[in-house]
Amino acid sequence: MSMNDILLEVNDLHAGIEGKEILKGINLTIRPGEVHAIMGPNGSGKSTLSGVLAGDPRFTVTSGSACFHGVDLLSLSPENRSHEGLFLSFQYPVEIPGVSMVNFMRAAVNAKRKYFNEAPLSAGDFLKLMRQKRAVVELDNKLASRSVNEGFSGGEKKRNEIFQMAVLEPRLSILDETDSGLDIDALRIVASGVNKLKTDHNATIVITHYQRLLDYIRPDFVHILYKGRIVYSGGSELALELEEKGYDWIKEQVDGQEQS
Amino acid sequence: MKDTSLRQYIELYRSQREILDAASPEAVRRLRPRALSALEALGRLPRKGDEGYVRTSLEDMFAPDFGVNLQRICFEADLAETFRCDVPKVSTLLGVILNDIYRPTATLQVQLPEGVTLCTFAEAAVRCPEVLRDYLGSVADMAGDAATALNTLLLQDGLLLHVSEGVKLDRPIQLVSLFNAPLPMLAIRRLLVVMEPDSEARLLLCDHSRDTGHSYLGSQVIEAVVGRNAGLDIYEIEEANTLTSRVSRLYARQLDGSRLTVNGTTLSGGVTRNDYIIDVDGDRCDTRLAGMVTGIGGQSSDNATVVRHHGSHCHSEQLFKYVLSDEAAGAFEGLIVVDEGAVKTEAFQTNRNLLASSGARMHTRPQLLIYCDDVKCSHGATTGQLDERALFYMRSRGIPEGEARLMLMQAFMADVIDTITLDGLRDRLRHLVERRLCGSDAICGDCGLKKQ
Repeated sequence: MSMNDILLEVNDLHAGIEGKEILKGINLTIRPGEVHAIMGPNGSGKSTLSGVLAGDPRFTVTSGSACFHGVDLLSLSPENRSHEGLFLSFQYPVEIPGVSMVNFMRAAVNAKRKYFNEAPLSAGDFLKLMRQKRAVVELDNKLASRSVNEGFSGGEKKRNEIFQMAVLEPRLSILDETDSGLDIDALRIVASGVNKLKTDHNATIVITHYQRLLDYIRPDFVHILYKGRIVYSGGSELALELEEKGYDWIKEQVDGQEQS
Repeated sequence: MKDTSLRQYIELYRSQREILDAASPEAVRRLRPRALSALEALGRLPRKGDEGYVRTSLEDMFAPDFGVNLQRICFEADLAETFRCDVPKVSTLLGVILNDIYRPTATLQVQLPEGVTLCTFAEAAVRCPEVLRDYLGSVADMAGDAATALNTLLLQDGLLLHVSEGVKLDRPIQLVSLFNAPLPMLAIRRLLVVMEPDSEARLLLCDHSRDTGHSYLGSQVIEAVVGRNAGLDIYEIEEANTLTSRVSRLYARQLDGSRLTVNGTTLSGGVTRNDYIIDVDGDRCDTRLAGMVTGIGGQSSDNATVVRHHGSHCHSEQLFKYVLSDEAAGAFEGLIVVDEGAVKTEAFQTNRNLLASSGARMHTRPQLLIYCDDVKCSHGATTGQLDERALFYMRSRGIPEGEARLMLMQAFMADVIDTITLDGLRDRLRHLVERRLCGSDAICGDCGLKKQ
């Protein structure tokens, strides 16, 4: 895949929740090998964008398109988006009492294999895969026998997200506020896991409020989302500028334009 | 008693009393006057809307013109052919109750350990008349309970399980109640369990019906006395067709240091009403009462519990869960009573329900009556839908929606299934519940009943 291939092309995407429009025309182009950071103040639509791309049924797309390596992403069910190579690391990973991590991952892995007409993994191969991928984020073996995310600490939950990402080997990963609720050690482990999984063929969208995570995961592009639009794009230096100056100057600029 | 469905049974009793009594041992006959006066005082069976009967009308359930097997006719079924109710990896001592007539298997007769009696009341009246006389009717209180009184009024023969002091049964006893009659039938079923001190036993009770096109009603009363430091597990599985209904009462009395586990699973059936009435008379007893319902179609499943703590330092837990789909209806009424003097009681009750369709309905009413200060008690009930966040989370990992729903419903039932201490049965039920949640018939083992 050459650098000119486009992995994700989002065009004039409008979406909302319960009749309220939140995304008001998102344009975004992502190529393999790239890391994009999407930053923005609270309520700007960051989590809506990640939810809409992953197919969260709470959101309704009203217009626009998202083309994912030639596939009409928005027409796919969440499960098929996953099979096609999209992965969302949740800001708040969901606890699922009674469903063990092992059964959860086996169902996920084998559903993907079935989608590509492959036979389910043997028990031995599956356990081997789990062992390998756990090492990426130093996830304790004990967590594997527990219910999904139940009783996990904040750091364990986020490491578990990256572990799942390692197993599913997505082409595009969206990390939604992966740094929230993490202490510095956990942040380092999570970021190093993400970096280990990075290749020339996959891409990452890092959604974050703070610049902190970007010290560990260096973005190629930084976009500022405000009032449902990407109002500013730049290189990694933009993140530093935001850290220094905050979001107010962006808000003033955009709000000023709206008034004139 | 005009125009009640009870009247036809009372008239039947009055006109057929001699025939009824001829097949009944004295220990049964002597209970009848009390049964009759209880029924006459009540006048009718409970109707929908009566206290404790929000969903279920026993009047309606008993109204059809069912045949009652006064002549003790056994409609033989080739059991080997139609019935193989295996629980893999669990070797049981199997007996069959064909409609209302007990048929032990040859192996059961041979393999029952010394000190364990499992026989009909008629046989017990000869072998151990004192056990029958002392215990039959001693736990099941007929006053105010029309279903139990009616069962007693029409009862001819039942089944006694007696485990002598210190005898611990390794293998579970499995009793399969099977409907197979060429006419609509009311089966009067009765089981008396007497656990002498320090004895242990596990009972697996399975309800089935053969698809004959006829409707059946099972009237079941179980009485259990769990002696000092004795342990009794009762697992009930109802897997019948929609024409088969069930009115069951399980009464237990626990003496000092005894342990009782009751786990009732309603996989399928028509209308089901189960009552569990546990009197914890002794001190330091342990009581585990659990139940689950997988309701689909127009199934109606109703469980009511009463756990009365009279002794001190006892622990009781109740856990009931329902997953209801389609137009299925469910009800749970649970009551914990802690008597004055039942100090250091720990009594807990949980009822959680999942409505998997917009047409499913659940009624729940948890109640606590505490007349003692020094106790720990709680109750809680929730009714809701599948967690949409969990569902999306699973789908986002590639798990198809249908499979994700099934996994969540199974997970919901996991803690009820985990209360089963028989490993093989636990695995079996996990599988049966999964099949039922998929919407298919949960056929036990290789049972050929559904294939007729």
